Amino acid sequence: MSEQTVSWIHKTAAEQAAALAAGEVTSVELVQAHLDQIAATDQGENGINAFLHVDAEGALAQAKASDERRAAGGSLHELDGVPIAIKDVLTTKGLPTTAGSKMLEGWIPPYDGTVTTKIRAAGLPILGKTNMDEFAMGSSTENSAYGPTRNPWSLDRIPGGSGGGSAAAVGAFQAPLAIGSDTGGSIRQPGAMTGTVGVKPTYGSVSRYGVIALANSLDQLGPVTRTVLDSALLQELIGGHDPHDSTSVPQPVTGLVEAARDGAKGGLAGLKVGVVKELQGDAWSPAVVERFDESVEVLKKLGAEVVEVSLPSFVHAMAAYYLILPAECSSNLAKFDAMRYGLRVTPEASPSAEDVMKASRDAGFGDEVKRRIIIGTYALSSGYYDAYYGQAQKIRTLIIEDFKKAFEQVDVLVSPTAPTTAFPLGEKVDDPLSMYLQDLATIPANLAGVPGISIPSGVSSEDGLPTGIQFLAPVLEDARLYRVGAALEAALTEAWGGPIAPAAYKEKN
Amino acid sequence: MPELSRDEVRHLADLARIDLSDAELDHLAPQLNVILESVASIQGVAGDDVVPTSHPIPMTNVFREDVVVPGLTPAEALAAAPEQEDDKFSVPRILGDEQ
Repeated sequence: MSEQTVSWIHKTAAEQAAALAAGEVTSVELVQAHLDQIAATDQGENGINAFLHVDAEGALAQAKASDERRAAGGSLHELDGVPIAIKDVLTTKGLPTTAGSKMLEGWIPPYDGTVTTKIRAAGLPILGKTNMDEFAMGSSTENSAYGPTRNPWSLDRIPGGSGGGSAAAVGAFQAPLAIGSDTGGSIRQPGAMTGTVGVKPTYGSVSRYGVIALANSLDQLGPVTRTVLDSALLQELIGGHDPHDSTSVPQPVTGLVEAARDGAKGGLAGLKVGVVKELQGDAWSPAVVERFDESVEVLKKLGAEVVEVSLPSFVHAMAAYYLILPAECSSNLAKFDAMRYGLRVTPEASPSAEDVMKASRDAGFGDEVKRRIIIGTYALSSGYYDAYYGQAQKIRTLIIEDFKKAFEQVDVLVSPTAPTTAFPLGEKVDDPLSMYLQDLATIPANLAGVPGISIPSGVSSEDGLPTGIQFLAPVLEDARLYRVGAALEAALTEAWGGPIAPAAYKEKN
Repeated sequence: MPELSRDEVRHLADLARIDLSDAELDHLAPQLNVILESVASIQGVAGDDVVPTSHPIPMTNVFREDVVVPGLTPAEALAAAPEQEDDKFSVPRILGDEQ
């Protein structure tokens, strides 16, 4: 290998885009480099298993088309030709979409979700579909029916979930960009576990059309990347009003790329940051808190004013979430009835449609999906509705009010993203409650619809695994996250002498 | 909070059209009780004066123009059907033995 050889996979999406624009590389070369990395690192006993489906042929054809567009001149989207991976929860016409479930094994959707349409229209070659907890239920990607994804930092650890595939793919340089979905932290928590950046945009600001719904009032698609700027570029691409989604907000969320570029220049003078009182304490591992406190000191040095704020209803957020989510998912997943698409298991003798439904749903759903459907069915049953689902919806109101009051005092809120670093595979598989605690800090944003970002805060002094810091902003104020996120990222990266990356996959000098 | 008995879990699974085996009931029922116990803490937290929220960003009367657009062809719509007949989804009998 000559010294001039550039390792394109180790460049950020923005750098890859700039190199394409400057004619230093072609999209075909970029796609091939990422396909090579996937081939070298994803399969086999020690493979990461980030991808459920790789579309090498399609991605190369899209790359070739991008190169031809560029050669023909004219205006291109900034990310035209930069490859991307898509979480298997979003429909892609002609590409398998399973949501990590046996229920949808082999299903080829007949239509593109809106975000897929936007990605195709902008010319980003789609490398493939990424692994996830079944129907996005989980915090470790171990609930995938197709085997867990491994953490690139340590192959015996979980990558977080439910979007462990997207986070691991980006963390292991298999893709510069990925789409995730965040219902209670499924973009942000895997970001923290894998040392990557993940953003849950304001609810309704990115279309949910074509997303296999987990909980309609909580689900949100968002970017998974290695830098704050790359997330800003991707969120601006996928965001915007969509008449196909009746919960889509009419106001565009803009100025994200500008905010990220401004933020990276430094100064946070005038910014008020609130440390959430309720997201501290014994549940938080000392190693995570150590990196968090360090980041807060950096924010102060950058000129931010840091105060502690209390959002008292947060203590009930988890309980409310684990009633609202199962209630919505038990209703959503009723559509998997073995009649029109998906798995059909036919019991012996002369079964009725109901017998077929019951056998198919027993065979097609994994344990966590069954647990949540049953809890949801219970919470919605008459006699319990007011005590559980009704109460949970009221808690949701209290949490929204807490956010409103907090944002009267500060511009953004901050907390660690997850209570621990990545835990060993298998550790919490049969301990649902302990798994649920992973999302302690991320759930309130989904209940209130506010945007959140997780960026790396360093590596733990205990186990050498990455830790994450989360910022939250008011509804539609996503730009604030990019400004503060980019400022902190720039300061930390400088202090570390470069971005953190897993030793086995980072660029060799 | 009342503990869910094995029979109640079986009943809920029936309502949700999931045919749980005995082994699954043994495995899942205790886990469900642990989860329910942990969420039970919210009972009585919010009083009658608190309005419930079903959606984080309230919107009412979301309309769009009623315009005819191309949809899926019958072949596309039926492509993933477990069984089909005469351009229709074919389903098992829908009546029980006694009906």
